[in-house]
Order: sequence, then structure tokens, then C-alpha cells
Amino acid sequence: MSTTTNTVAEQVRSRYQPQHPSHLRKRYRSEWFFKIYGLVSVLIGLSFLFIMFTSIIWNGWSAFLQANLKLEVFLDQKKINPDGKSDLNTLRHVNFKSIMRNSLYEQLGLSGNLKPKIRRQLNKLLSRNADMQIREYVLANPSSIGKTVEVTVLAHGNVDAFLKGSISRDIPSEKRQINDQQVEWIDQLVSSGTLVMKWNWGLFKFGASSQPETAGLLVAIVGSIFMMLIVIVLAVPLGVAAAAYLEEFAPKNWITDIIEVNINNLAAVPSIVFGLLGLAVFINIFGLPRSTAIVGGLVLTLMTLPTVIIATRASIRAVPRSIREAALAMGASKMQTLFHHTLPLALPGVLTGTIIGLVQALGETAPLLMIGLVAFVVDVPSTLLEPSTALPVQIYMWARSAERGFVERTAGATIVMLIFIIFMNTIVAILRRRFESKW
Amino acid sequence: MLFIVLGLVVAGLIAFIVGVARIKIATNINPTIKMHSRVGYYGTYSLIWTTVPALIVTLLWSSISPHTINMVVKADIMKSAPQLTKAEHTLIMGHASLLAERILALNLQKNEILLSAQRSMATAGELFQFLKKEGVVFGGLPQPHVISAALNLVVLKEQSLWFITSIASVLSLVGFLYAFIRVRPRMQARNSVEAVVLAGFIFASMIAVLTTFGIVASVVFETVEFFNHVSLDNFFLGTTWDPRFTSADLNRGEGQFGFLPLLWGTLYITFVSLLFAVPIGLHTAVYLSEYASTRFRNVVKPLLEILAGIPTIVYGFFALITFGPFLRDTGAILGFDITSTSVLSAGMVMGIMIIPFVSSLSDDIISAVPQSLREGSYGLGATKSETIRRIILPAALPGIVGAVLLAASRAIGETMIVVLAAGIAANLTINPLEPVTTITVKIVSQLTGDLEFNSPQTLVAFALGLTLFMMTLILNIYALYIVRKYKEQYD
Repeated sequence: MSTTTNTVAEQVRSRYQPQHPSHLRKRYRSEWFFKIYGLVSVLIGLSFLFIMFTSIIWNGWSAFLQANLKLEVFLDQKKINPDGKSDLNTLRHVNFKSIMRNSLYEQLGLSGNLKPKIRRQLNKLLSRNADMQIREYVLANPSSIGKTVEVTVLAHGNVDAFLKGSISRDIPSEKRQINDQQVEWIDQLVSSGTLVMKWNWGLFKFGASSQPETAGLLVAIVGSIFMMLIVIVLAVPLGVAAAAYLEEFAPKNWITDIIEVNINNLAAVPSIVFGLLGLAVFINIFGLPRSTAIVGGLVLTLMTLPTVIIATRASIRAVPRSIREAALAMGASKMQTLFHHTLPLALPGVLTGTIIGLVQALGETAPLLMIGLVAFVVDVPSTLLEPSTALPVQIYMWARSAERGFVERTAGATIVMLIFIIFMNTIVAILRRRFESKW
Repeated sequence: MLFIVLGLVVAGLIAFIVGVARIKIATNINPTIKMHSRVGYYGTYSLIWTTVPALIVTLLWSSISPHTINMVVKADIMKSAPQLTKAEHTLIMGHASLLAERILALNLQKNEILLSAQRSMATAGELFQFLKKEGVVFGGLPQPHVISAALNLVVLKEQSLWFITSIASVLSLVGFLYAFIRVRPRMQARNSVEAVVLAGFIFASMIAVLTTFGIVASVVFETVEFFNHVSLDNFFLGTTWDPRFTSADLNRGEGQFGFLPLLWGTLYITFVSLLFAVPIGLHTAVYLSEYASTRFRNVVKPLLEILAGIPTIVYGFFALITFGPFLRDTGAILGFDITSTSVLSAGMVMGIMIIPFVSSLSDDIISAVPQSLREGSYGLGATKSETIRRIILPAALPGIVGAVLLAASRAIGETMIVVLAAGIAANLTINPLEPVTTITVKIVSQLTGDLEFNSPQTLVAFALGLTLFMMTLILNIYALYIVRKYKEQYD
């Protein structure tokens, strides 16, 4: 019995007592190592942040530039509108393709009879939809018919990728998407100033497309904005109402407990399960159309609600009791106290919670996949009931296409989304700083 | 629908003004009676009676009517064509609703179409000719029954709209009159208005419960449907995942819906991510809460929070284009054969996502350990790291376990990272350099694409979803319980 006590005491002594200077040094060394482990962990976390942003910006900056051809186009009246009309219906039947192509041939000093094979290779320098740009130009400037004008049209996606260096010159010609002949032409066009890189407005102007150069984010941005609006309109009033009830009115009983447990759990339910709910309830039972902003907005509202409720409750709780009691003492009803005093004072917190919820909803992808927002939508939706996509879903769809032009656009779209998110987070930071509570 | 709501809004505004006017006139006539509430409450009282009942009925009706109409039409199809199979009925129904949408979109003199449809003694061919003349676009002569079902749909939809419009107007009018009679100076308008607002509050807080209920009900319903097609042990004990997508395969026996490879993949990736994230996250939390200067902390914490706020699709894309290929190339140099969608790369990227989650939760928990414990330890001569390792971490252990469980539940339910960064094939492998797939990946792949709702191939997604929901629910409840217990301990 006594021997065991002794050994334990010895063990303790040998562990904790600095009997030896060398022992102390060892302990300090392990102290130092422990600290360094911590610092290294922090740095690992930060370096991943850094690597991720760098990788995305590195891959994505070029999406904001696009190869364009400045063509001198002769808009021959005989070919366009012999009868002098210049409305959309007339212009729709005009073969702008051949006009545009001829201009390109001239620019390269190739005219007369070209072999069909050469022609085909030349035509592949132009975007497939470039003739629409000339048509739009003519529609906007009817007076240009009969003159020679400079029109800027999109180059083909491969030309763009070549100029950005993602199709390398070192690859043998037969394996490259752009052959040696075309490389020669491209060099010629660049040196004559015809082929230039310009800011890529198309990224914000176009909808879905199978060609990278005419694929844009407009439908996705509009869809995301629609869904954000629905979330704001529904989640904020509902969330604030629920939070106010739970904080100020609810009796302490098992029903309230159930509600609270539910809210905390919903905040942690995998987002994809909300997608299943949306599919089964909103689409199959309520009969709302698939792939639309309204279903997406409703699902995102349900997901954001717990966040808004939790944040609002915290900020209502932070309002001191004395303010409520003062109002009640002046004869205000509980409801009046809430609406006239407590809620206005809690507003900054409510706003912060709402924006955090919105950021979360903006980046949420999985539930939107379930309700069919993965659609190829070319036209911008003008109502909530038309097919649409969302920014993160567009990223997902582009991420799955193999073409180099789409990889770059995926990263570009990610940058756009991150800019939105950073912008919203900045608002949160400003709100927090400006309205930091004074009590 | 929209115009009913707009009409109710206008009616509500009018009712508000009328209510206010009425109470003012009443007090002007007899100034000796004191009003119970402020003027606005009488207006609001009138507004509530005019709009709220009508609005509730409208919303209820418009949420059930599409389903009911479909049921009615479907029953009709079954009655008129009992010889066809269930799948064919569904097909006819699908075509009919498309056609009905096209007819409604035409927006021509609806009465004419309605009348001709109600006189539906006309044969399918005649109706077809009639609709074609009116400008409905057909891809070809539709199957028999489609046209009549479509017209049936159109008629019912029109009738339903008429019905709800008239009900809403009647309700609104009755409510308005009731309020008009009730509004008197002695009436306790504020109490009534506040009671309604409170009811609204209670409804809003019930939505969370309704959502949970909706999730469970809808998912369970479809899951039961799934298990009508596929046996329980095929799903829960099967080791092969091969759902056979095309309906042409239907008569070649049922597909294999083995759940185990998916479960294994999910748990494996989660395990790798925790293995990566927990040490880093924990050390980060310890460093930030015990060692770092306030300035360092103020800079680093928000930066780590950015990491937590980045949408997971961005992590997935990062894994797809940067991290996966990087691991593959590094492996190639070292002589390992790593596929770019390996368990390792998906797990590590998921780990990056979880780091801030683990660190901020453990940070809270470590801060909750009472200062007296630290000081006691320092007083005995322990160094800082000894205090942390021998005193603080053991004291915080339950809380940290809770945090890790919460992180695990998050990793299990995470979708976008694994959809882009993990494999498609359901492998039962313990090699971390090979790809596996997860539950969430399979839910996505079974439900995107063309939906044919009654096949086990799509229904399986709901069975998977239910399993996922239960797994995360149990983890969450248990973790929250531990964390709460732990916090109580030191309160």
C-alpha cells in the first residue's frame, strides 16, 4: 500500500518537478514546439485561403478579356436591302456571314477564288455567332448601309484560347485545335491590329451557349437576383416574426422547446435534403414549374430562415430589459414595445443576420440542382415562373464542360460570385462597426 | 392568382381608409365617448377582416388545386382508358398538361374553346383539327385521350380560377361589412389587431416545425414507394450499386441498389477530412485563444471566417482544377498512382472547408473553460503548453468531441465538393488513392437529368436522402446535447 503511494508520488515528482536544468530545458523546448505547431496550423489555414484565391484568379482573370476582330465591313446595299427597308425582319434574312467572311479574307490579303478547305479554315477564326453582331450593328445604325464601316466581332473560342496561351504553339500542328496555317493568319491579324483583346462584356451580356465565346452569366445573375429578392421578401418578415415570438411572447413549455430544437436542427440539415423537400413538395404537390426562380427562392428561404431567426433572437436578446420596462411602464402594450422600441434597436443585428443568410443562400448549389435549375437557358427570364439558372449552378455546369474556354469562364464566374459575396460581407462589417450597441 | 392578391391589397387599403373615416365620424358625432384604441388600429382592424381570411383561403386553394385537378383528370383518363397500364396513363397525363399549357398560353377567346370542349361529343380528330386551326402547335397527331384530357385540364383550371376569385371576393366583402359594423369607439380594436399579429408570429415560428415535418413526410413517402419496388436488404445490405438507368432495362430484372459502397465512400471521405482538419483546426483554436496577441487574432480570425464563408462549389472547383491534378502530379513524381478524384484529394479539400468550422467551435469551447483552472495549473508551476495539454484540453474534451461530431455531420452532408471532386463509380476500396463515391453524389446523379418519377431509379434518391437526413440528425442532436451539457458544467 505504502509502496504504491510512494511510486505515485515519485512519478508525480519526476514528471512535474524541475530536478534538473536539462529537464527544464526540455519542458521549455516542448513549450516552444507546441506554440510553433499552433502557428503552423494557423498558417496552413491561411495559406489554403491564399492558394485558393490565387488559383481561381490565376485561372479566371483571362475570362474578362476576349479576342475580338475589328473588321472593315462593306455593307453592300444590294446584298442587304435593295428595297431600302432596314427592320429586323428584312435583316434576319440577310447573309451577313458571307459579308463578314469576305471582309476577313480581304483583311488577310486573300481574295479571288479560295479553295473550300482554306475557306473553312478561315471561317473557323470567327465566332459562330459573329454575324449576329453585324446585324445588330446595322439595326442600330441603319445609315451605315452602303458604306464601309469598322465592326468589332468575336473571334472563335479557339483563337481566343490560343492568344491567351492555353493552346500552346509547341503542340504539333495536327494535335492542336488551331493548325499552322491558322497560326500564321492569327499572327498576321495581330500585327495588323485587327485581332485585339478587349474587355469581355459578353460575360455579362449572354446566356447559356455551347460556344465558350458566346457563353455568359446574364441569366444566372438575373436568376440569382430573383431568388435573393424572394428570400428577402419572405425570410426577413417570417424570421423576424418567429424570433420576436420566441424571444418575447412564447411561454416556456414543451411546444416552444420543440420549435427551438427544430430551428437549431434545421440550421444543420444538409442542404441537399432541402432540395429533396423542394422537389417533393413545391414541384410535385404544389405543381410549381421546375427550373424556375420561384421554387429556388422558396427552397432557399426555408434554408435561410434558421439563420435569420437565430441572428435576430440574439440581437433582440441584447436589447437591455430597462428599455422594455420603460416602455411598458409608460402604458405601451407588449406588441407596441416590440415594434416601437425593441425591434428598431435590434435592427442592425437583424440586418447583419439577414445578409449572412443571403450570402449563404447566394452560394448554395446542391438544393438548386435537385429542383432542376441545371437548365440550358439562353433567354433572360422576365418573370419568376420562367426557366432560369443561378450563379453557383452556372459555375457547376461550366465546371463540367471540358473545353479550355469554359474552365477559364468557370473561374471567371467564381470571381464574379466571390465579388458579390465580399461586397455583402463588407456591408456586414460596416453595419457592425457603425451600429455597435452602446449598452 | 396574382390579380386576386393585388385586388385584395387594393380592397385592404380602401377598408383601412373606410375604417379610419368611420371611427372619426363616430367620435365627431358623439364626442363624449372616448376611443379605446388609437385611430390607426380601427383602420387596421378593418383591413385585416377584409384581406386576411380571403388571402388565406386563396393561398390554400392555389396550393392544393393543381394537385386536385391533376388527380381528377387522371381519374378520368383511367376511366376512359382502363385497358392501358399505369405508366401509359402517366405519359398521357404528361402530354396533356403540356398541351393544356400551350392552349392556355394562346389566350384566345377562351370561352370558345371551353364551349367546344364541353361539347366534347366531338371526336379526337375533330378536336385536333379545331385546335390546330386556332394556332396550337402540335408535333404530330397526339395519342388518343390526350386532347380530351388537355381540354379537361383547361376547363378545370378556368373553373378553379373562377371559383376562387368569387370566393375571395365574397369573403373579402363579408369581412369588410363585419368590420364596418364592429368598428365603434368602445371596441377594443388594438387587442384584436395584436391578437392577429401574435397569431402571425406563432405561424412564422411554426414554419421551422412545418419544414422539418415536410422534409420527413415527403422523403418518407417517396422512400416507402421506393421500397415497394426494391427490397430492404437489396438496399441496406447490397454491396453493388448499379441502378440501370434506361427504362428499356426494366424487364431485365431490377437494378442493384446496394447502399453500402456509398455509405463507405461517405464515411471514408469524412474520415480523411476530419483526420486533416481536426488537428489543424484544434491547434489553430488553441493558438488563437491562448497564444496569439489581440492584434494577430483580430486579423487572422476574420480571414479564417472568409474561408468558412466561401461557397462549397468554389472548393469543389478548386479541387477539380488545382488540387486534384496537383496531387496526381505529385504522386506521379513520387511513383504513386493517384487518380485526380481520389479519396485523398476530395477528403483534403473537404478538410480545408471544415478547418474554420472546427477552429471556431473549439475556440468558443476553450474560452468557456474557467480561468481558475488555468491559474491553478500555473500556480503549480506548469508551463502554458502543459496547462493546455493536461488541464484545458481534458476539461474541454466533451465540448471538442461535440464540435468534431458537428463537423462530421457537415462533411457527411456536403455535396458540391464531392460532386466535383470525388468519383462516380461506387467502389468498396480502402486505398485512399482511388476514387469512391458518396451518398450525396448519387442523390444528385439520380435526380438530375430526365425525371420519370415513379421509377426506382429516381425514388432511390429519396431513400438515400432519408438515410442522410437521419444520420446527420442523430449526429447533430447528440453533438448539440454534448455541447450543451458541457457548457452547463462550467456555468
